[in-house]
Amino acid sequence: MHKLLAWVNERFPLTKTLEEHVTKYYAPKNFNFWYYFGSLALLALVIQILTGIFLTMHYKPDTGLAFASVEYIMRDVDWGWLIRYMHSTGASMFFIVIYLHMFRALLYGSFKGPRELLWIIGMVLYVALMAEAFMGYLLPWGNMSYWGAQVIISLFDAVPLIGPPLAEWVRGDFVISDATLNRFFAFHVILIPLLLAGLVFVHIVALHKVGSNNPDGIEIKKHKDKKGIPLDGIPFHPYYTVKDTVGMAVFLIIFSAAMFFAPEMGGWFLEHDNFVPANILQTPPDITPLWYFTPYYSILRANTVNFLWIPAKLWGVAFMGLAIVLFFFLPWLDRSKVKSIRYRGWMFKTALAIFAVSFVILGYLGTKSPQGVNLFLFKNVYWAQACTVLYFAFFLLMPLYTKLDKTKPVPDRVTSK
Amino acid sequence: MSDNGVDPRRRRFLTLTTAGIGAVGAGFAAVPFVLSMTPSARAKAAGAPVEIDIGKVEPGQLITEEWRGKPVWIVRRTPEMLKSLETDKDLLADPNSDVTDQQPAYARNATRSIKPEIMVVVGICTHLGCSPDKRLGAGQVSGMSEDWPGGFFCPCHGSKFDLAGRVFKNVPAPTNLVVPPHTYLSETRILVGVDPNPKGGV
Repeated sequence: MHKLLAWVNERFPLTKTLEEHVTKYYAPKNFNFWYYFGSLALLALVIQILTGIFLTMHYKPDTGLAFASVEYIMRDVDWGWLIRYMHSTGASMFFIVIYLHMFRALLYGSFKGPRELLWIIGMVLYVALMAEAFMGYLLPWGNMSYWGAQVIISLFDAVPLIGPPLAEWVRGDFVISDATLNRFFAFHVILIPLLLAGLVFVHIVALHKVGSNNPDGIEIKKHKDKKGIPLDGIPFHPYYTVKDTVGMAVFLIIFSAAMFFAPEMGGWFLEHDNFVPANILQTPPDITPLWYFTPYYSILRANTVNFLWIPAKLWGVAFMGLAIVLFFFLPWLDRSKVKSIRYRGWMFKTALAIFAVSFVILGYLGTKSPQGVNLFLFKNVYWAQACTVLYFAFFLLMPLYTKLDKTKPVPDRVTSK
Repeated sequence: MSDNGVDPRRRRFLTLTTAGIGAVGAGFAAVPFVLSMTPSARAKAAGAPVEIDIGKVEPGQLITEEWRGKPVWIVRRTPEMLKSLETDKDLLADPNSDVTDQQPAYARNATRSIKPEIMVVVGICTHLGCSPDKRLGAGQVSGMSEDWPGGFFCPCHGSKFDLAGRVFKNVPAPTNLVVPPHTYLSETRILVGVDPNPKGGV
């Protein structure tokens, strides 16, 4: 065995790579609950790729056959229902994990230097994941698949000058059609999964270069022993592989409970209107995306005023794009000396709380009609407008309040709370 | 190998020009891939004109036909409906069809049509592409407000259009519904997708 390993190591850096990234990668010893979601995201990606491969064996990307082929998977393929529900539940679980993973970064300042590039790679991953989910949603060719894609691709029409030909190029037709379904299938099963796998690799390489942040927001590399090992670090394997295995077990219990007892989640994971085949002459009564897009959809719809000769539609598209782009600039918007929320003052804590609440309210409103009154007193569209303002205030006022905020002294070494 | 006799400036020039030519070649190689994603010949052929028989459409009735994968609505408007097009102008954002892209020149008139009683529009909301509900009756019978002149209501984001496809003020849709190019083959048959022959008239 040793001889074989030596033979391999002469030709491929196996032991060196394993040590660098697993057995001798020193992570801070004070990781808490929030640090489960990175490895869980990886697990979710593996589940999606694995189930996706098996769905591809039975699915037909053809407007005449697609809807029926999904029903065929559900009814006639042995265990097909399970694999399909794993994939559909997996999509929502993936986004839950990713949103918690991102919120962790906001809590502990993991986006701040020296991890700016790590954060940006992560944001590119998030955008790629959204594209993956959006394109996957067209494939069942239900009525919500069709009209959802129709609405989102119409957004390209709003781009000045090149809009309409651009939308035509994306669709490959004058409307959402067989050409669109076929190319979305290609993107969903080949292009974007490849991209995601590559980006995850780059994300981890960048993480292992700068080292993991931790709930105290302290750089553990500042205090090393004689061998150059961080005093507050413990090797990823076996310590965190074991910890993450427990997290995965709990995650899979929750995953299974959702998948077996509520795969549609009352319309939140699989929308009711998507159990009807696409009908190009009949729009569903309410077009709503799945929950993980609804905050941005709310921002899109909150723009109802033509302003400065620019139509409301273009404002909506611009604000929706900006809502995502602003995340990329977080490392430079945050002027605070400390990373972790533990040592920040009341201003940042309040701002983050308001932002989180606005994001959730926007997400809720995105599933409701703008003209309805689902919260209290005001029409949904006014609530959405107020929350949109708060959403953008979190980012745009950040240089100000993080500078003014009174921070607490940061300890030298990590604490165990 | 020795560096003797190497001219770094010449070497840099050669490297840059080679890379530049390579980039141009890559650009040319990308063209077929990019253009393969435009509507195919078959998609364009499916965009061919559609002939529609309007002889059996009763006054006040709407029929839906498919053209280029989009619903096309044809309404034979009653005299009351035509009158509403005059009286609802205050509610509208563009009552005189000033946005010229939304209809052919021959439909840029008071009824946005070739024949006053026959409305032909593409039934796709100009906001984000939903297909609006038909609420043809005036007033509360359509589940709308008292001053509703009859028209179309988009459930997605609340845009409203009158019986000539003209957009209301203060709704998300920016422009009137599109009037497709169409021509009359006879009294009862229209061809959607083709402009009237400039010589033959309408």
